[in-house]
This record gives sequence, structure tokens and C-alpha cells, in this order.
Amino acid sequence: MAIGLPHYLTVAAILFTLGTLGIFLNRKNVIVILMSVELILLAVNINLVAFSVFLGNIVGQVFALFVLTVAAAEAAIGLAILVVFFRNRGSIAVEDINTMKG
Amino acid sequence: MSLAALFFYLFAGVAVASAFMVIASRNPVHSVLFLILTFVNASGLFILIGAEYLAMLLVVVYVGAVAVLFLFVVMMLDVDFVELRQGFLQYLPVGGLVGFIFLAELVLVVGSWSFGQGVTGAVVAPAPGVSNAVQIGRVLYTDYVYFFQAAGLVLLVAMIGAIVLTLRHKENVKRQSIPVQNARTKAMAIDVVKVPSGKGL
Repeated sequence: MAIGLPHYLTVAAILFTLGTLGIFLNRKNVIVILMSVELILLAVNINLVAFSVFLGNIVGQVFALFVLTVAAAEAAIGLAILVVFFRNRGSIAVEDINTMKG
Repeated sequence: MSLAALFFYLFAGVAVASAFMVIASRNPVHSVLFLILTFVNASGLFILIGAEYLAMLLVVVYVGAVAVLFLFVVMMLDVDFVELRQGFLQYLPVGGLVGFIFLAELVLVVGSWSFGQGVTGAVVAPAPGVSNAVQIGRVLYTDYVYFFQAAGLVLLVAMIGAIVLTLRHKENVKRQSIPVQNARTKAMAIDVVKVPSGKGL
């Protein structure tokens, strides 16, 4: 059986589900949540590239490039916020972050 | 089974298994290392499908920069990760159920995907015999040049934001101040003291 578009879409779907599951299960640990978001963005990128190649349309890869850019920026900002939060509170538990409200 | 199919299943299997280990491993350092493995295998999938430029970009950006950033943060913060693991089993039934339903729906939708008749009409077809990077560059620097500039702006804002967030000025640290040095005169620097003979200061 030749490898076609559904194979790549299935791999991306599994990675996406694992990413969302990671957010569900590790809801106390911000670092693992950030890694799960990276997994989700990777799944989106696989989808974009697979459609781009099987449609013969290069624009999908350009868009995947922009997703990659935003993912890198998001990781940098998220980790910076995490470091500042750890300095102030001495913990990275998600439950403590609700003190920021108001 | 052809060689390409064999490599597809190899890359896909390792990517999925290591993505599972990212969310399931106890030690966040192991999570980061499995994340790197996932990205490397996804890059292998990209090479297999013919998107070499994005594959290399994935290795450079994710493995080279983002994952190392994660690794630095995980190793710098002195966090009790065992405490953060609590509740994992508590959320497992509901999370597993939701994840399973979600995955089943996604696979049902995309598993038998095929393009309609009129879809392939409106696409920017890649030129034959031109490498992947050149094709992306031809589109990226012409039709999408403003988006490209905006992406650069996003990265600039992220860089400045990260620096502003984490920079802190400690007390009791001696720093060089060029204006103060330049404004120094002989009168400020030297204090001539008349010492009486035989007394000392």
C-alpha cells in the first residue's frame, strides 16, 4: 500500500491528540503544557506540509514556516514568563497562577 | 513493502512513541529529550515527503533552539517535579476518554481523505526541476513578503519581550557609567590635604 495523504494526516492527528492529552494530564506542570503546545503546532505543520505536497501547492509550506516562527516566539515568551514567575513565587504550579487575577 | 513505506512507518512510529513519552515521562528532562526525538523524526517525515527546506528548518529551529531553551529552563529551575506529577492518574480516565474520542473522530475524518475535482485548479504549482528551498523562496519573497516581514517583527517582539521580562537589576553590583566618568574633573578627583608635620592624618 503506497504512502498517501491519509497516512500523514493520521500521524498528525495522533500527535495532535497526544498534545491535547498532555495538557489534560499534566495540568500542574507548565513546562510539560508548553511542550504539549509545541507538539500540537508540530501536528499542524505536518498537516500543512502534507496538504502542500499532495496538492502540489507550495504555499502550504510557506504557511508552515510562519507557524514555525510563531511557535518559536511563543516558546521563548512562555519560558521567560515561567522564569519570572518562578523567581517571584518559587513554584511553577498552575494553581498558584490564579493569584494574578484582578 | 517499498523502502519509502518502511521509512514512513519507522519515522511515524518513533515520532508517535516519543510524543507519548513526552507527556508520560516522570522527569521533565526526559520529556525534553523525547521532544527532540519527536522533532527529528518529524523532520525525517518531511524529508520523505519532499519538503527538505522545512525539515532542515525544523532541526535548526526546534532541536537547535527551542528544545535547548526548554532544557535550560528545566535544568535551571529548582522545582519539585514529583509534586507536580500528582493528579496524573486522577485525570487519566476522563482525559483518556476525551483523547480517544477525539482521535477516533479525527482519524474517521482524515483517514479517507481525497481531493475533490475542482480543488487542484487554483494552486501555485511547483516548477519542475527546481529545488524545494528555491520554490519556497520564490513565493515567500514575492507574494508573501509582507507576511515575511511581519514574521520577523514577531520574532523581534518576542526577543525584546523575553529580555525585558527576565532582566533584573541587582543591588550592590558595580557598573561602569560612561557619563559619570566623562564628567569627572581634576577638582572632583583629587583632594589635596595639608598634613601637619609630625601629626599624620
